[in-house]
Amino acid sequence: MKRDDLIVNDSYSLNATHSEEAGVKIRKNIIFVTVLLTAITAVEVAMGIVFKRAETYTWEAIKWTFVILTLVKAGYIVMSFMHLGEERNVMKKSVLAPYVVFIIYLFYILATEGFAHLFNHNNFH
Amino acid sequence: MSGHSNDNISSKELWGGGRSPYGISYGKMYMWFFLVSDALTFGGLLSAYGFSRAGSENPWPIGEQVFRALPGLEGKYPLIYVALMTFILIVSSVTMVLAVEAGHRNDKKGVIRWMLATIIGGFFFLGSQAWEWSHFIHGGGGSFLLAKEVTVTAENGNQYILPAGEPIFMDHHFGELAEGYANGDRNVELQSDHGHVKLIAYGEHTHEAELLALTINKYITDEQDISGADAAKLWEARSNSFKFGANMHENEYAMQQSYANFFFFITGFHGFHVFSGVVINIVIFLMALKGVFERRGHYEMVEKVGLYWHFIDLVWVFVFTFFYLI
Repeated sequence: MKRDDLIVNDSYSLNATHSEEAGVKIRKNIIFVTVLLTAITAVEVAMGIVFKRAETYTWEAIKWTFVILTLVKAGYIVMSFMHLGEERNVMKKSVLAPYVVFIIYLFYILATEGFAHLFNHNNFH
Repeated sequence: MSGHSNDNISSKELWGGGRSPYGISYGKMYMWFFLVSDALTFGGLLSAYGFSRAGSENPWPIGEQVFRALPGLEGKYPLIYVALMTFILIVSSVTMVLAVEAGHRNDKKGVIRWMLATIIGGFFFLGSQAWEWSHFIHGGGGSFLLAKEVTVTAENGNQYILPAGEPIFMDHHFGELAEGYANGDRNVELQSDHGHVKLIAYGEHTHEAELLALTINKYITDEQDISGADAAKLWEARSNSFKFGANMHENEYAMQQSYANFFFFITGFHGFHVFSGVVINIVIFLMALKGVFERRGHYEMVEKVGLYWHFIDLVWVFVFTFFYLI
């Protein structure tokens, strides 16, 4: 079969292999990440049940804990399951940079428009 | 591993042409770039949800109060079903990463086995989501709005002054007959004597449900049951505005329709991604089965759809937090 997915001088796809021994190690890591993700989810649900929203002061802290735990989960999925951690630095940055821009934009729009709902309820200018 | 991605190559050579400076094949790179843009779509949706919620004047429903049912089980299990769905998706993500790993060892049997497991996990998730949608659409027992202010005593002994327009929630059995009653079904009759309110539905089988208790604050804070004469008082003060479950125009969970709309759109959009993912997984599974990748000499296609499948898991992690938990 004619190969159509190779760039001259290189064979990224063909070389993306590993040995049996390396596989054992990789599978161990996969199991570890699985247990971790499941545990974090269980903790999140338990926190949601235990802590009530009426106590607003604690709830603020709980909310941020949820966000941090989510980012930890996301980090493990992207870096371990999606193997972004093993890619070249320039690839990592190309994928992650748009989100840095997106988050900065969200902060900007929150700071400038975040209170817009308090004014002009019934008319859009 | 990722081929040449870890090689130490001078940047002059790397960017000098004739090779991918990213160290990966174009197919994998463009799967990544597609996912980057797709994630921004979901980011936009969740941001819109956050802004709507922050800008809302009426209380916003609490995920633990709305999503607390399990199939075939009575009782309150806050977010347990959603957590189960999350677990199913994580597990199917794991079987996918095991398929990718088997592909890296050119282990055809391993790829086929784990791809099959991933497809099954995907179907499990889709089925779970279908059940959750069905439950959300059918709702608890429906609600009606008060036409005037009512003061009642709840079962915890506290007195509540409920203003006109406040939603009052019915239980499952009473609400089922109330739906026919509110829609003007002539076969449903309302009876009331000595403070006992009863709905009777005539037909092939006669059903009747007594108004035992009504609930206030059901989806927004700590709910309270109101029973006895006070429940009858609330029923008497009802307006014509009944709501049952959720659809594209109204929902019993919140005063804001945007709540139901965001539920339908965000989980629906994600569910459609899962559906597409399962279809693509089946295609790749069949290709692996026929030995296409074996002849090709590498299993990179498994890795590419693996990226997409993990992405679906990744999005669900965010949906779980920002839609259900917070």
